[in-house]
Amino acid sequence: MKQFADLVNVLGTSTKTNDKLKALQNYFAVAADKDKTWVIAIFSGRRPKRIINSTILQGWCREIIGITQWLFDECYHTVGDLGETIALLLPEPEHRTAFTSEHTLSYYLETFIRIEKEADEVKKEFIIDSWQQMGRNEKFVFIKLITGGFRIGVSQKMMVNALAKSVDISPSIIAHRISGNWDPAETAFDNLLSEDAANTDFSKPYPFYLAYAVEEDLKSLAEENQWQAEWKWDGIRGQVIKRNNDFFVWSRGEELMTEKFPEYNEFKNMLPEGTVIDGEIISLAAPAQDGIFRPLPFAALQTRIGRKNITKKQLTEAPVGFIAYDLLEYLGEDIRYRPMVERRALLEEIIGNIHHPALHISPVIPFTNWDELREVRTGSRDMGSEGIMLKRKDSPYQVGRKRGDWWKWKIDPLTIDAVMIYAQKGHGRRSNLYTDYTFAVKDGDKLIPFTKAYSGLTDKEFAQVDNFVKRNSLEKFGPVRTVKPALVFEIAFEGIAASNRHKSGVALRFPRMSRWRTDKKPDEINTLDDLKEMLKTYNAQYTIEANDGSALNTSTI
Amino acid sequence: MALIEFSDKGLYCRQGNFYIDPWKPVDKAIITHAHSDHARPGSKYYLCHHLTKPLLQLRLGDNVYESVGWNEPVFIDGVKVSLHPAGHIIGAAQIRVEYNGEVWVASGDYKTENDGISGSFEPVKCNVFITESTFGLPIYKWKKQADIFDDIKNWVAQNKEDKKTSVLIAYSLGKAQRVLMPLSKMGLPVYVHGAVWNVHQALVNSGWNLPEVIRVTPETPKEDMVGNIVIAPPSADGTPWMKKFYPYSVGTCSGWMQVRGNARRRNTDAGFALSDHADWEGLLQAVKATGAEKVFATHGFQAAFSRYLNEQGIEAGEVKTEYGGEEEDNKTEAIIEDQADNTAIINEENV
Repeated sequence: MKQFADLVNVLGTSTKTNDKLKALQNYFAVAADKDKTWVIAIFSGRRPKRIINSTILQGWCREIIGITQWLFDECYHTVGDLGETIALLLPEPEHRTAFTSEHTLSYYLETFIRIEKEADEVKKEFIIDSWQQMGRNEKFVFIKLITGGFRIGVSQKMMVNALAKSVDISPSIIAHRISGNWDPAETAFDNLLSEDAANTDFSKPYPFYLAYAVEEDLKSLAEENQWQAEWKWDGIRGQVIKRNNDFFVWSRGEELMTEKFPEYNEFKNMLPEGTVIDGEIISLAAPAQDGIFRPLPFAALQTRIGRKNITKKQLTEAPVGFIAYDLLEYLGEDIRYRPMVERRALLEEIIGNIHHPALHISPVIPFTNWDELREVRTGSRDMGSEGIMLKRKDSPYQVGRKRGDWWKWKIDPLTIDAVMIYAQKGHGRRSNLYTDYTFAVKDGDKLIPFTKAYSGLTDKEFAQVDNFVKRNSLEKFGPVRTVKPALVFEIAFEGIAASNRHKSGVALRFPRMSRWRTDKKPDEINTLDDLKEMLKTYNAQYTIEANDGSALNTSTI
Repeated sequence: MALIEFSDKGLYCRQGNFYIDPWKPVDKAIITHAHSDHARPGSKYYLCHHLTKPLLQLRLGDNVYESVGWNEPVFIDGVKVSLHPAGHIIGAAQIRVEYNGEVWVASGDYKTENDGISGSFEPVKCNVFITESTFGLPIYKWKKQADIFDDIKNWVAQNKEDKKTSVLIAYSLGKAQRVLMPLSKMGLPVYVHGAVWNVHQALVNSGWNLPEVIRVTPETPKEDMVGNIVIAPPSADGTPWMKKFYPYSVGTCSGWMQVRGNARRRNTDAGFALSDHADWEGLLQAVKATGAEKVFATHGFQAAFSRYLNEQGIEAGEVKTEYGGEEEDNKTEAIIEDQADNTAIINEENV
């Protein structure tokens, strides 16, 4: 465990990608195979389930050191990370003698799985006993693993690159082999990376090809006729797979979502054997006719993900379809290397044959020159899309985020000027700094909160706002400060939906601070009516119901 | 009437008509230590410890200074004033004020661990104790100095192996001298930034026997520094001044490094939680040792710390001072220190 804790320490604190890569490579060179398998699992989102909730866990910590709830909370809000708070509060072991047993990472993770269903008392004994044998770094990592949250500044891509170097297999092959449905407790390291394994796991998706945003003038992309344009749809990127007469739906986050979308059930019998389609899982207004579909706001899809049982009402209010982009496997053959136009022709054939109301092909936007396309793009929002995708016609389907062949060309965000009214301390590298803000618009002489935003300012600006918050707090509600409404920010966002969960009646998509309007006074901000006007312009047909769904990516108050 | 009042200029003793660490110019100022958030310019008269005087002269220039030794009472309009070691930095004092049998102690900044150069913190019995609380939360529990020094030395050795220069970020007054002690025993040359050099010279001139350091100047050959040690103040971190040391690794010595997020925000390669302030246990131990009936907490997590003391049956209140905002953090301190160092930089022709 110490080995892994040291790795996490480097990954979490190092400022240089090279150092992180080196640390990962070192780890893969020296760690036991079983531990390596778990590390691959952890850094590719295959963590074990949380075995205890954080309230109980912090209760045990308070019990050991004898502090009150409020003092624990003060500490937590200052540190900004539960695992770290507990690790800092617990006493260090008196003596770490040679007799102290050094358990491996896999020992701890497999014990978690073993005791998952046991009574809390059993878990408590194991956890407290483990704490007593661990130094601060190990405790921190251990608690992160217990609580199921494990974000420590290393991407799957980086892990894959390091692994690729240490086993001398190319990163794109590694990315494919470690994808899909495997259980780290049951999978041997050698098997995981072997060629055979990839062939016997029928559910295995391909790594997604992701695009960067267009960087320069489109004219640098050379000839228009070498490019295909499509709308950029705003749902969840996914793959549908039909193999071995079985059917799977994967999200880009490599979550198996087959059960969540009963609308896709019929694809299983209709798709030819050995088919993998890349596309967008998206809410579509029913019914679509003659291939003309109308996307609902992302908020609609949100009511469908993150819940176990889907009600009839949800199925009717937020029906989900699939917009196909690309064909990756055809008649059991991996065709990612073939030029896009060829893949597209086969895809059109498949979709055309099926003719299912929930399955569409992403239409190609005809254009003859860049200026024309630029004009078309201004109509993105009316199409319910967030911009345009450009794909080189002869491009292969690559692995991960790559420049060159695919570009995303998003429309400019919507913006609104608002005043900050609440602030809260942030997490991670923003610990002990007020960086999480709530914003309000005017409604007559009242201020109506309508969104939170955490990003978009420079470190220097955050420091200035933090200073302002500390000096201009009006009230304190737990960790939240009510702040004198004085600072005006331009809030940018990708979409807006009606919501009766929110006091303002709207929910924004991807809100962030795009500019600090030091030139504006609080009485010059936008009004609630301005927001409602935007709602009317950009979509009126969908409302988020009270207590519905998780808050993925949409701000909630 | 309270013996010490909390005025808008600082801690004020009406009976003796003097201030302790005032943040505005006054007639008579008693200074706990020479850090620039406690020792501000413009007052007509300064009283401090002998060891602090040359540092005030360096930082505040020519003024009327009077200095005393430890526990040598001075009487000001019938008020008995004496200075007692605070263990914070060289010359740092707690100020004991006594009148009509009532005793107040203003702690200034302090730490309870003896670092070997700043003097050993002396618990002083009093009725009322005004304590700092910079690190007044139980998450702040320092490792022993010897262990942190081992960590620093291991880090330097690793850098040497990787052919990198070790750039240690430490306040020019206090922390820089403190880390110099173990580093000087590694057998590697230690280079210092101009601001650190100035303090070093002032101390050497007033009789301190400090290890030898080399000042970084534009003429210092780049090759000389490879794999060796540079001590620089926070103000130099991330500036073009550092380019000269490339390839280097930056290590920051500050109590704030206790929390990962802070280290990440600083973009530092290594954080060493080495502080000149008392940790949670140190603060509690100090408060209890005074036997005070009433405690005022200031300068840090005063709200949490005073609430905790009240729960423990020690009457406590919080006081706002300009030594920091409600939760003074590293930035404030760094900025204050930066300003001090910048002054030092401006006073020099070359850095």
